[in-house]
Amino acid sequence: MKILIKNGFVIDPASKLENNADILIEDTKIKDVQASGIISEESVDKLIDAKDKWVVPGLVDLHVHLREPGFEWKATVGSEVRAAIKGGYTSICSMPNTNPANDSAEVTKYILKKAELANLAKVFPIGSVSIGLKGKELSPMSELYKAGCVAFSDDGEPIYNAQVMRRALEWCEMLNARISCHEEDKNLSCCGSMNESALSEKMGLKGFPGIAEDVMVARDIEIARYTGGKIHICHVSTARSVELIRRAKKDNIDVTAEVTAHHLLFTEDQVKGYDTNSKMSPPLRSEEDLQALREGLIDGTIDCLASDHAPHEEDSKNTVFDEATFGILGLQTSLPAILGFINDGLITRTKAIEILANNPAKCFNLPVGTLKIGSPADICIIDTEKEWTFSRESNLSKSSNSPFFDKKFKGCASTVLVDGRICMKDEEIIER
Amino acid sequence: MKFDHLLAIEDLNKEQLVHLIDNSKKLIEVSERDIKKVPALRGRTIINLFMEASTRTRSSFELAGKRLSADVINVSGDSTSVKKGETLLDTARTLNQMCPDILVVRHKSSGAAHFLANHLEGVSVINAGDGMHEHPTQGLLDCLSLKCKLEETGKSIEGLTLAIVGDVRHSRVARSNIWAHKLLGNKVRLIGPRTLVPNNFVKNCFGNDDFISTHTSLEEGLEGADVVMCIRLQLERQSEFFIPSLQEYTNEYFVTEKLISELAPSALLMTPGPINRGVEVESALIDGPRSLMKNQVKMGIATRMAVMLSLISSGENNEDIN
Repeated sequence: MKILIKNGFVIDPASKLENNADILIEDTKIKDVQASGIISEESVDKLIDAKDKWVVPGLVDLHVHLREPGFEWKATVGSEVRAAIKGGYTSICSMPNTNPANDSAEVTKYILKKAELANLAKVFPIGSVSIGLKGKELSPMSELYKAGCVAFSDDGEPIYNAQVMRRALEWCEMLNARISCHEEDKNLSCCGSMNESALSEKMGLKGFPGIAEDVMVARDIEIARYTGGKIHICHVSTARSVELIRRAKKDNIDVTAEVTAHHLLFTEDQVKGYDTNSKMSPPLRSEEDLQALREGLIDGTIDCLASDHAPHEEDSKNTVFDEATFGILGLQTSLPAILGFINDGLITRTKAIEILANNPAKCFNLPVGTLKIGSPADICIIDTEKEWTFSRESNLSKSSNSPFFDKKFKGCASTVLVDGRICMKDEEIIER
Repeated sequence: MKFDHLLAIEDLNKEQLVHLIDNSKKLIEVSERDIKKVPALRGRTIINLFMEASTRTRSSFELAGKRLSADVINVSGDSTSVKKGETLLDTARTLNQMCPDILVVRHKSSGAAHFLANHLEGVSVINAGDGMHEHPTQGLLDCLSLKCKLEETGKSIEGLTLAIVGDVRHSRVARSNIWAHKLLGNKVRLIGPRTLVPNNFVKNCFGNDDFISTHTSLEEGLEGADVVMCIRLQLERQSEFFIPSLQEYTNEYFVTEKLISELAPSALLMTPGPINRGVEVESALIDGPRSLMKNQVKMGIATRMAVMLSLISSGENNEDIN
C-alpha cells in the first residue's frame, strides 16, 4: 500500500523541513520526502491532496488522562483516542492514576489492548513510580517498562519522600526512562481551589500558592543533579518554576518540562464568577506567571506543550467551586490554541511543531514525532484557514468539562494518519 | 429600585446600598408594633435553605418573611436529601419546583449562592452566607445598626474609620462590611496576625488600595478609630497553624475597655455574629455602652424585610407596609 501526500507545506524541524514537499508512505513507514512534483505518482495506491495545508508529524501529548480502568464513566481509552485524532494527536501518553493504578504489567497490557482495539491514536502508558501512587513503595518499574510503559509518574500526587524519588531516579537510569513529576506540596496547597492571590482572598476561596509547586521543582532538580536522573516537570504554572528549570538546564541537569495551553492562555481572572471549568491543578495563575510561561516556551526552557486532558463527568463540575473536580479537556483545543499563537505572532510555526511533536517525542524517547524517512507514518495535515467553533457537538471526549465551548478558533487538524492508516479524512474519523 | 438577587455587597453601587439601608430603617418600626405584620408579600413564598448551622440569621429571615405576610418554610442541612447523597443543585431544583419567589441560601462553600442563582430559573436568591465570601444582609444590618446609633448623636455613617479585628481571612462578615464601608467612603483598617490578615488584602483586592490598610499591631490599628468591629476566631484555626495557640492570640489581640478608652475613646463596638467571650473581646465591653450588640437582631429583621421587598417589588410603593 502506497500513499502519496502531495502539494502540502511540510514542516518538520527535526528533519529541517519547511517547504512545499510530497511525502510517500509505504505501508506503515515514511518511504520518501521530496520537493513537490519529484516523486512519481505511478504505482501509488492513494493520493492525498494537501494543497494550501500544512503537513506535519502527528502530534505527541505527554500528559493525558484516559480514566480506564476504573473511571469509565468519565472516559475510556476508546473514547479519548478519537478525541486525540480529532485534535491532531497520533501519540498520547496516559497517566497512571487509574483504578487500579498503572503499577503492574497487567494494567499496562490492559490499556495497550484497549488502544489496539480502538486502532486510532497510539497510546504510550506511563507507569506509576510508587505502588498505588502512595509514594511509599516503588512500583516494579522494569516490569512496567517491559510491558510497554515509556515513563513513570505519580501524577496528581507528589512524591513526598525524597528518598523514594531518589531511588526511583536511580532505578530509571537503568531503563533510560524519565520520571514525570507532578510538583505540588499539598501541605502548602491544602484544600486550595484556585491560585492564592488577592483574587482568592476576595472571592473567599482557599488559595493554592505558586510556592507549593516551586519548592518541589527545586527539590527534584537537586535530586536530579545529585543522581544524574532524568526528570520531566509536568504542567509548569509559575514564573519561579520556569526560572528554576532555566537554571537547571544551564547546569546541564537532565530536566525537561511541559506547559498546557490553558496556562498559556488564561489567568486566574477566568475563575471570576466561580466557573468550575476554570478549576484545575495546578490552577490558573497571574499575568506575570503567564508571561513567564510564554517566555520559557519561546526560549526553550519549556520543551513542549501538553494537554493535561482530564475528562470529568458533568455532575462533578456542576457544583460549588470548592467541591468541583480539578481538570479540563484539552486534546481537541491544544493545537488550535497554538495555531492562534502563531496567528498572533507569538511563536513561529517551526517552534509550534517542535513543541507539539518533535520535542515531546524526544523527552520520553518515543519512536515518533518526526517525518524523517523510515519513521512511522504518523502524520497530521492541518487546515490553517478553517474557522470553526468548539462545541458540545464537535467534542468527542466522553466528558464535556471544557472552558473552550463556544470559543472560535482558526485552524484545525483535517486529515490524520497513524502508521500509514488514514484515521481521519477531512475531519471525519475513519474507524476500522 | 428592584434587584434580581442579593448575592454580594460587592455587586451594589452606593445608591443601591444607601437605598437598602434607608428602606431597612423605615421597616424597624414594624417590629415595634403590637401587631407585627404587614401585607406586602401576602401570597408570596420564601424558602430558607440553610445547609450550615445558624440561629440568628435563619430565624431572622423567617420572621422577616412572616412579618411581610409571606409563606415561609425552612429547610436545613440535616433534614435535606443532600444527606442521602442528593446534589445541592438537585435539592435546590426540587425546592424551586414549589415556585418560591425567594430562595434564601446559606452554604459552607464560597460562591454557592452565585451557583444557584445561575442555575435556577424564576427565583430570586438571597445569599445568607457563602463560605468565606460574603454575608451581604449581615453587612447591611451592621451598617443600619451603626447608622441608627450615630444618628442619635447627630453623626453620619460616612467619613468614618472602621477597625476590624480578628480572623478577617476566613470571615464573610468582614468582606461584606469592607465592601459596604468602601462604598460609604470610609477608611477600613484590618487588624490581626499576618496569618489571618494577609498582605494580599491590600493588593488591589477590594478595587483600590487607598481606603484599606492592614495592621499587625492592635494598638496601631485602634488608634483614633470611630468603630471597632470584632470578628470571631474560629477555634479550629490553631490546628491549621494560623495561630500558635489561643493564649498567644489573646495576648496580642484581646480588645479591652482600657485599650479602647486610651486609643479610641469615642469608638463604638460591633460584634457581628457569634463571639467567644473572653477570647476576642472583654465580656464587660460587649455588654457596655459602646456596644451595638443589643439592637442587632431587630436591625437584622428590618434589613431582611427590606431586601425581600426589593427583590419582589420596586419598593417605591409603601402602602403595603403601613
